[in-house]
Amino acid sequence: MEMFLFTVFAAAACGGAIAVVLSQNVVRMAFYLVISLGSTAGLFFMLSADFVGATQLLIYVGGTVVLLIFGVMLTASGPFLTIKSSPGSMVLAIAVGACFLMMVVGTVLQVDWDGNAARLEGQYGASSLDRPGYNQHGEGHTTRSIGTALLGARFDKDLGKNREQPSTGYLLPFEIVSVHLLVVLIGAAYLARAKRRVHVPSEF
Amino acid sequence: MEGVGVQGYLAVGAVLFVCGVICMATKRNGIGVLMGVELVLNGANVNFVAFSKFGPLGLDGQIASLFVIVLAAAEAAVALAIALNFYNNHLTIDVDRANELQG
Repeated sequence: MEMFLFTVFAAAACGGAIAVVLSQNVVRMAFYLVISLGSTAGLFFMLSADFVGATQLLIYVGGTVVLLIFGVMLTASGPFLTIKSSPGSMVLAIAVGACFLMMVVGTVLQVDWDGNAARLEGQYGASSLDRPGYNQHGEGHTTRSIGTALLGARFDKDLGKNREQPSTGYLLPFEIVSVHLLVVLIGAAYLARAKRRVHVPSEF
Repeated sequence: MEGVGVQGYLAVGAVLFVCGVICMATKRNGIGVLMGVELVLNGANVNFVAFSKFGPLGLDGQIASLFVIVLAAAEAAVALAIALNFYNNHLTIDVDRANELQG
C-alpha cells in the first residue's frame, strides 16, 4: 500500500513538474504546477509530516499558486499567453538537465543511506520521532511539537532526557521570518501599485 | 522498515529540482520563471522532510521546510509585484526584453 501510494504521488509530482517544463501555455503551466505541488503534499503526508503537508496545501497550493495565477491573468493578454522558447535552447536545456539529473540521482543511489542512518543513530541516539512516549512516530501528531519548537522549547527532544542544555529552538528565525513577511508585504504593495506608463513601445 | 526508503524521496526531489532549473533557464515568460523557482524550492522541501523522517534530525527538517515554504510565498509576492511593475512599464512580460531595467 505504501509503495502504491508513493508511486502514485511521485509519478504525479514528477509528471507535473515535467509538464510545467514542456508546456508553452502559461495557464496550463499553472495548472500542472498545482498538480505537482499537491502531490508533493501527499508525499509529505506519507512521510508523517502532517503539519508540513497541510501548510503546503494551504500556503503553496492555496496561496502562492493563486498569486501566480492572478499574475498570469493580469499579464497574459493576447500574444503573451504563449511565448515560445526557441527549440534549440529547449533541446540544449533538456540535454544539460538530463545529464545533471543522472549525476544527482546516481550520486543519491550510490550512498549507503541505511548504513549511514544506523551509524548516526549509534552516535547521536535514535531519532526524536522514534522515541516512545511523547510523540510517537507514525501517529503523525507533529503540530504541537512544531509549535513549541517555533517558540523555542523542544519538548520532542528534551522531554524525559537529562541534558545540560536544552536543545536548539527556533524562536529567533521565527521572529526574523515574521518581520521579513511584514517588510515583504509592504514592499510588494509599494512595487505593484498602479503607476503611469512611462514608456510605451511603438512596435505593439 | 519495509517499503520506500529515503532514496525514492531523494530521487523525486532531484527530478523536481532539475525540472525547476530547466524551467528557470528556458522560459521566456516571467511568470514561468517564477514557477521554476517554486519547483526548485519544492524539491528542496521534499529532501528536508525525507531526511526529517529517515535521519536523526527529528522535527528540525520539518521546521526548515516550513521556513522554506514561508520564504517562497514572500519571494513569489515580491517577484510578482516586480513582474507587474515591469508589465505596466514595458507592456510585455518577456524576460528577454528586460535588459533595460532602470528606475
